[in-house]
Amino acid sequence: MFRQASRLLARASAVTRSRAFSSQVPAAPAVDSTFVESWKKVNPNMEPPKTPSVYMTPRPQTPTSIPSKLTVNFVLPYASELSAKEVDMVIVPASTGQMGVLPGHVPTIAELKPGVLSVHDGNDTKKYFVSSGFAFIHANSVADIIAVEAVPIDQIDPSLVQKGLAEFNQKLSSATTDLEKAEAQIGVDVHSALNSALTG
Amino acid sequence: MRREDAPLGVRSISTQIVRNRMKSVKNIQKITKAMKMVAASKLRAIQVKAENSRGLWQPFTALLGDTPTVDAKKNVIVTISSDKGLCGGINSTAVKISKSLHKLNSGPDKENKYVILGEKAKAILVRDSKKDIELIITELQKNPLNYTQVSVLADDILKNVEFDALRIIYSKFHSVVSFLPTMATVLSPELVEREAESGGKLGELDSYEIEGGETKGEILQNLAEFQFSCVMFNAVLENACSEQGARMSAMDSSSRNAGEMLDRLTLTYNRTRQASITTELIEIISGASALEG
Repeated sequence: MFRQASRLLARASAVTRSRAFSSQVPAAPAVDSTFVESWKKVNPNMEPPKTPSVYMTPRPQTPTSIPSKLTVNFVLPYASELSAKEVDMVIVPASTGQMGVLPGHVPTIAELKPGVLSVHDGNDTKKYFVSSGFAFIHANSVADIIAVEAVPIDQIDPSLVQKGLAEFNQKLSSATTDLEKAEAQIGVDVHSALNSALTG
Repeated sequence: MRREDAPLGVRSISTQIVRNRMKSVKNIQKITKAMKMVAASKLRAIQVKAENSRGLWQPFTALLGDTPTVDAKKNVIVTISSDKGLCGGINSTAVKISKSLHKLNSGPDKENKYVILGEKAKAILVRDSKKDIELIITELQKNPLNYTQVSVLADDILKNVEFDALRIIYSKFHSVVSFLPTMATVLSPELVEREAESGGKLGELDSYEIEGGETKGEILQNLAEFQFSCVMFNAVLENACSEQGARMSAMDSSSRNAGEMLDRLTLTYNRTRQASITTELIEIISGASALEG
């Protein structure tokens, strides 16, 4: 009898857990019909695999007038730092320099270099040090920033930065192969960017 | 149930055989229950990571769209499967879908190659598609999954395999009891340019300004590589979650099965025991009545 009870409890908890995930799949999935048809021709007995657009909430259309706020999605491999946050402005460290993004910005694909990303919302600013990545700005005033690693500036230890910079400078001067030189150069770039982020 | 000869010298019906079976079924039940608990704890750990990584591929799909029907000459099918077995049907569904994709994309001057992650898919695909396999990678989960390891792996694949379109097949973790086979597409930079010019889903790509780098081609190259590593990271995590979830439900049904088998065996055991007691009684009583007269 107790065995049944535990089994029923486990089933009940599984049901509630599955209900929590139902918000992941949007109500109207955007299925690619040509793919489904060509799949049915080859393999009529099996369901076609789903494609990632089914799991995504569809993006808003391009509005006719410039919206007042910029929607920012800032994602890292380990977490989504900001998802669909409405802000006034972001400054991204593009490889051509610091780039300010306001609502109504021209659609852009920007490659990022190590530097400071600052998010301005009203009077408060949040600054992150970003290692590298990409930033997409879409026509509908949605900015996607994908970074490999990002830390808030206040969590960086200045003494470790100085030590790292000295270490990589030394490695650069003593590097022999091209690979070692490239690695040391990357280390120097990141640490000097960290340095300027802390001071600037 | 098998019929076995009773041990020599024993006159009553032996319950030894049934008792042996009961012992082994009980052991199996214990083992599968333990495996279920282990899978549940591993699932909890990796589910958090997988959910956090779900935002990673969405910007790329928002920018470049989802193009499963793209017409590519060199298709590379990356099949993600598990290393260990006893995880239900997820590996066989992944392989079935890969093979169907191979058939779907076959045609004159189109080639399809496989890149296999995981022992289970390797075992099935090596048997009939050996010449189409480019790269086999196993023991992915020896160390906990992290982005650095997956990006090195992605780099390896990009360097060694020529492709126009990469199709990544994995089982997306929808819930503990449902795993959806999914196919994600990553296009090479040349194909992106071609599709952008011809219009359609990528037609708006030309309207985007490119910041940084020397040429548009270089940026698109970096973009494609970054997209591949992000999509792979999410795919590998989701597949690991699905594997643990599938193993949980497989082991759960296995222990339930073992429990039912044990019930049936217990009934048989009791019947056998009672039958042997009755036989002994009959012998004794008929012996006694024979003595009396």
